[in-house]
Amino acid sequence: MARYDRAITVFSPDGHLFQVEYALEAVRKGNAAVGVRGTDIVVLGVEKKSAAKLQDSRSVRKIVNLDNHIALACAGLKADARVLINRARIECQSHRLTVEDPVTVEYITRYIAGLQQKYTQSGGVRPFGLSTLIVGFDPYSGAPSLYQTDPSGTFSAWKANATGRNSNSIREFLEKNYKETSGQETIKLAIRALLEVVESGGKNIEVAVMTKEHGLRQLDEAEIDAIAAEIEAEKEAAEAAKKAPPKDK
Amino acid sequence: MKLDTTGLESSAPVWGSPSELVDGFSAAPFFELPVTTDFDGFQKEAIQMVKPAKGTTTLAFIFKEGVMVAADSRASMGGYISSQSVKKIIEINPYMLGTMAGGAADCQFWHRNLGIKCRLHELANKRRISVTGASKLLANILYSYRGMGLSVGTMIAGWDETGPGLYYVDSEGGRLKGMRFSVGSGSPYAYGVLDNGYRYDMSVEEAAELARRAIYHATFRDGASGGVASVYYVGPNGWKKLSGDDVGELHYKYYPVMLSTVEQEMVEVAGA
Repeated sequence: MARYDRAITVFSPDGHLFQVEYALEAVRKGNAAVGVRGTDIVVLGVEKKSAAKLQDSRSVRKIVNLDNHIALACAGLKADARVLINRARIECQSHRLTVEDPVTVEYITRYIAGLQQKYTQSGGVRPFGLSTLIVGFDPYSGAPSLYQTDPSGTFSAWKANATGRNSNSIREFLEKNYKETSGQETIKLAIRALLEVVESGGKNIEVAVMTKEHGLRQLDEAEIDAIAAEIEAEKEAAEAAKKAPPKDK
Repeated sequence: MKLDTTGLESSAPVWGSPSELVDGFSAAPFFELPVTTDFDGFQKEAIQMVKPAKGTTTLAFIFKEGVMVAADSRASMGGYISSQSVKKIIEINPYMLGTMAGGAADCQFWHRNLGIKCRLHELANKRRISVTGASKLLANILYSYRGMGLSVGTMIAGWDETGPGLYYVDSEGGRLKGMRFSVGSGSPYAYGVLDNGYRYDMSVEEAAELARRAIYHATFRDGASGGVASVYYVGPNGWKKLSGDDVGELHYKYYPVMLSTVEQEMVEVAGA
């Protein structure tokens, strides 16, 4: 047992925690995940690798519920994700039991980030190799929120963010095109962002939408295909509009 | 009182983390139990010896304008009145009050502890704790000390985002939500007056007068209650002490001495 008390995450001479940075590398190799916050809705989208023929795709849900009003998507080591999600779900219920109130999004994000941080400062363990996107509604004010955590244990709130593979390009796209939206517009923005780096089609992305009234709803393939087609059409119309005016002169 | 999550923890031991999960206040204490032939009987005797009689009258009720909280101020040890000026309404924080019945030390300590926990909750979550949450924290702590001789019969009254809140919490671990409560040896008398005069839509003055009367009547009949009847009001901006009247003076206010005509007057007979 003495072999397990030595720290794995130690400082380097120039102040880096290499294990944490390597964990971030693992996140960068994971599937792309995007989250967008609207005025009355929050959307999560995740890149889905095409399912093997014999695999039951329903067993690999990438966007999960932490409670009725909170959902989570992540990029990185999915096995680590399962452990973190279980602990978060227990904490959500434990909070309901001790203070008779549902958790706020900020509280559960702080808990998950705290857990991720604990594993960077303990002996015998390695950091969790995943970044999470947590969305939900405040149980009192009804305000929507989007938070992101990473392997170092930091967290912050975002209007829209992406993590995982090609997250930089997605984030650039979101920075250019983000505006306050609601309902269907927010869903479209999230899917447009994801389609920047993922092959188009309902079978390559998983999208879930959360509203205050209806909780989490997974969009099925047909819906995603329909929205993707709409986006394609809009893109073509925009291209055509760009080309047309010079000719008219 | 956290749920048991040991079954879901990773198998690699995380050194250093268990101690952070257990803070000195909320962990259930343990100590060596005495070895006797009749453990249950011994426990009962020990509890009876430690448990002071809840000689007091406290009451609280919710009405249209908020919560009214009132209490007497007598402390008795058997037949001896040890103090007439005990503060039985404890200020947990500017918008929450707790009442004291049972062991004075137990009530004072655990209410202060609750105040600490409420403040920490505020700092961590950037919003005030609800009366529901605060009463639940106290109830969980008292439950973990169940059977160890704590004697607490308290009411937590406050105003939070959902409006006025009133909970009764005791050292058996019970916790009840309600509109009207009275706790202590004088509570039957107080209930009589309170239940008779209660209406939801009273003004603050009417409610204060009802509370004052109820305490007065309890002190009149119950030997273990007396001293000063304090009345506090909890509204949307926090609590405010409305009055603190000596019950002896209240008696003459409610039942002033009437000069009555005598039918036969006794006069001195001069000489025999």
